[in-house]
Amino acid sequence: MAEKKQLDAKGLVKYFKDEFKTKIKKTTVKKRVVGLEKKESYFVWITIDKSIFKDVIKHLVEYQFPHLAVVSGNDLGKTIELIYHFSLDHGQKFKEISLNIKVEIPKSNPKIETICDYIPGALITEREKQEMLGVIVEGIPDSRRLFLPEDFPKGVYPWRKDGKGMEKVIKNLHEVKK
Amino acid sequence: MTEKTTYRLPIGPIHPALKEPVQFEFEIDGERIVDVDVSLGHVHRSIEWAGTRRNPIQNLYLAERICGICSYCHPVAFSLAVENALDIQVPDRGEYLRVIQGELERMCSHMLWAGVAAHEVGFDTVLYLTWQMREKLLDLTEYLTGNRVTKAITMIGGVRRDITKDMVPKIQETLDYFKENFEKIRHTYLDDKTFKMRCQGVGVLTYDDAIKLCAVGPTTRASGVKKDVRVDQPYFAYSDLDIDYITPDILTGEIHGDVYDRIIQRLLEVKQAIDLMEQCLDKMPSGDIVAEPKPAKLLAMLKKAEGEGIGRHEAPRGEVIHYVKLVSGEENAYTWKVRAPTYNNILPWIPMLKGEQIADIPIVAASTDPCMSCTNRVAVVDRDNKYILNKEELHQMSVEKTRRLLK
Repeated sequence: MAEKKQLDAKGLVKYFKDEFKTKIKKTTVKKRVVGLEKKESYFVWITIDKSIFKDVIKHLVEYQFPHLAVVSGNDLGKTIELIYHFSLDHGQKFKEISLNIKVEIPKSNPKIETICDYIPGALITEREKQEMLGVIVEGIPDSRRLFLPEDFPKGVYPWRKDGKGMEKVIKNLHEVKK
Repeated sequence: MTEKTTYRLPIGPIHPALKEPVQFEFEIDGERIVDVDVSLGHVHRSIEWAGTRRNPIQNLYLAERICGICSYCHPVAFSLAVENALDIQVPDRGEYLRVIQGELERMCSHMLWAGVAAHEVGFDTVLYLTWQMREKLLDLTEYLTGNRVTKAITMIGGVRRDITKDMVPKIQETLDYFKENFEKIRHTYLDDKTFKMRCQGVGVLTYDDAIKLCAVGPTTRASGVKKDVRVDQPYFAYSDLDIDYITPDILTGEIHGDVYDRIIQRLLEVKQAIDLMEQCLDKMPSGDIVAEPKPAKLLAMLKKAEGEGIGRHEAPRGEVIHYVKLVSGEENAYTWKVRAPTYNNILPWIPMLKGEQIADIPIVAASTDPCMSCTNRVAVVDRDNKYILNKEELHQMSVEKTRRLLK
């Protein structure tokens, strides 16, 4: 880990592009400048194909063990987009890069591999994605619900926007008088 | 020989030893904890879902109500996410004011935690001492923002209230009070024999575990991991200030990752917060405090805008991160994801608690400063009469109000 050369934001994008070629669908590097001293911070967004997802995580862990902040998700109609928010190079003053890896999975087969074998700290957020978005995380060590209670109806995923969301569960108090 | 059997001991969700609703299930062998299971969600209020039915400015006030102690961190992280998504540049003075508010909240939170930690080990006089000191900070918060807890200071693109020259002496007075009394607090916590006996070598989180389990904030720094968003990535005015990573070895020369180190960590961070606030007051440039002072204009802009972004802020308990996606033509946010620091500090509880005794559960659980967010009833205080509304009564009032509005 330590002997490898440290990459900057653009280098990081190039590293993944060289490694995975066309399977990297889109990359964006966003720069923000703050303060009187005009220091720069970088946000890297990479959209990858589902087929290379596990391999990308493997490469990432081999390059440097990242900090996984959280996995967020969007319902994009036919697909579900998962975004893995990592941060790299922390521990070095003002050098950290935010790396956001996006992967789209079809709703007809909403499966994604677990990354708990590489990053054990991903368990909580993977459990949350299962119950909130109806994603199936393959190989997850603990597939119980996290926040939702045991008696929460099956097949309802609060973050969905396609009729499987909260519509059926919501009760307007003035309507039900309870 | 009979085989040794273990017992299962459930603690929580509501339990006198825990600050907030969280349920542990311990597998115990005599006094020793063999395994731990944590279950959450007892106070899940669907805030993220509700947030996609409100516009971003309304969301600031909803975000503020995610947590009573971090009532600045959440709206500010939300603002940062929107600003990053849409490239809104905050005026320099606004950035400095944000640091001051952030550090004030850190001091409030750490002092509160110090009191809770003392209470957990049975030192209630120390609880009163620290919370009495914390009152000074709450007074200052009220002076600067108009409120003690929900501050409503954040606005997308800046802050809502300036700190004028005549307000500086009051801030300095409070900071001086803390500088004078810091030694007293340090002595109480770090030199006391009982504190040492209860906290040293208890609830150890190793460096490797902290990295692997993605722990954040003072919990991970007390294990020697240099991870602090304020120093890692430039945001607000932190990159202008003299700031560095704080780990407990600065004071003691070594890192154990136990409860005692987490106490040292937070005390050092209080000291750092005082220093950062003073630097801010010193260096603060003049100018605007918010990018767009007219909320209606800002809202119209946000409605047209499209983009996604993340906002990260080092809250008192660690990194808080918000993800926001805005879609053009829609007033409300398309997606809003909130990740509070305790979310990442749940898994580290397991290695901390394994092998400890039942009596250590409260202090070890409290040592990460968990914040489950509470409140499911409302108390109304009317000078002479004090009464508490239960869920049904509150609900009835709400239904009646809806009816009134529908008429």
